Amino acid sequence: MQFEAPETVGAAVKLLAKASGTTRMLAGGTDVLVQLRSGTVEPKLIVDLKRIAELGKIAPEKGGFRVGATVPAAAIGENVKVRKMWPGVVEAANLIGSTQIQGRATLAGNLCNGSPAADSVPALIAASAVALIAGPKGRRKVPVEKIIVGPGKTSLKKGEIVTGIVLPARPARTGDAYLRFIPRSEMDIAVVGVGVCLTLDAKGVCTAARVSLGAVAPTPLLVKAAADALIGTKVDAAALAKMAKAASAACNPIDDKRGTKEFRVKVAGVLARRAAEKALKRARGN
Amino acid sequence: MSGHHVTTTINGDSVEFVCEPQESLLDVLRNHLGLTGAKEGCGTGDCGACSIELDGRLVCSCLVLGAEAEGRKIRTIEGMAKGDKLHPLQKKFLEHAALQCGICTPGFLVAARALLERTPNPTETQVRYWLAGNLCRCTGYDKIVRAVLATAVEMKQEKRHAA
Repeated sequence: MQFEAPETVGAAVKLLAKASGTTRMLAGGTDVLVQLRSGTVEPKLIVDLKRIAELGKIAPEKGGFRVGATVPAAAIGENVKVRKMWPGVVEAANLIGSTQIQGRATLAGNLCNGSPAADSVPALIAASAVALIAGPKGRRKVPVEKIIVGPGKTSLKKGEIVTGIVLPARPARTGDAYLRFIPRSEMDIAVVGVGVCLTLDAKGVCTAARVSLGAVAPTPLLVKAAADALIGTKVDAAALAKMAKAASAACNPIDDKRGTKEFRVKVAGVLARRAAEKALKRARGN
Repeated sequence: MSGHHVTTTINGDSVEFVCEPQESLLDVLRNHLGLTGAKEGCGTGDCGACSIELDGRLVCSCLVLGAEAEGRKIRTIEGMAKGDKLHPLQKKFLEHAALQCGICTPGFLVAARALLERTPNPTETQVRYWLAGNLCRCTGYDKIVRAVLATAVEMKQEKRHAA
């Protein structure tokens, strides 16, 4: 195994593009090092991204933020401005693992690891976050929901790196929230996760909504039918019930010791309703 | 396999070592540098026995590659006592009998120090959440949490006396 720690995005892309065999990028490393140790992945090349200065920052971007690929979740939680604008995303990021994991784990890493149960991903999808990608053919931007294509699989091409995540400017009267179910109070993997973001007009009518589910299908889901149940309503009990039903209907979960199929389907609806209520409260305050 | 030559700072001292690319920082600390305070419990970032600080962040050293340490600042349990003078946390852990076998203790101490340096007056809930990534399989958590809370009170009093 070869270890490289380039100082520019260009150099990192070059290394990855010309490498043969399995490669891994190291942001926080909280998934990659576990894979290395268990032998499930035996990369020929590891490229540490943490020497690339621009990837280590949270920077303003068109009224929102660009969160660099190597910014740890702890630093996102400490950023008062990000917390104020996108509290649901920050809550989701700060649910990942322990204090020690928070000191390393990143949004870009959580996304590129490709887990259907990644906590930050439904929140990012709900917030209309965009992945910034650099590759041998230049740079491109891709909505977060287009990155994960299957468990552990992404749509990134050879040599491509997610250099950061853009959290867009938050429209007026918009709120987001993320809730997950785990069988204990801390330190567990989501059995169901739900991210909701909604926007109200001056009269309190919902004009835009996004509902995203985690851990209930091979990939995190963006559920249009659930969002449509809210749009045009005052997000009253009937709309919330309809939305919950649509969220449950979108599930295609596995059945395992941590949650049966039936349980996950039901909880997805319950959590979607609760997350929407939380997002609604925030939207009214913004 | 070519070894990586790494220069880093550990507990304020400049340290050089050579490691293989796949070696974890925990393995480097323990096997190359003789710093065996950090323990290997799970090796997958679940138990916190290998907790260290890396550039001011509490991390599991089993989830860091040795080669990543180039130019970084590392704090381990070995830097906690000053000679024979124990850190207030170490004293309180003894007074409260907050350990039995001791394998988890260095990780708890390093993690608790990181908490008290950020949050000098933590609530019990804050202590429990902060230490949720440190597992203890014999003493249990009550004595540990009490020791940390008692340390916070004592350090506050010491600061007042010094002022």
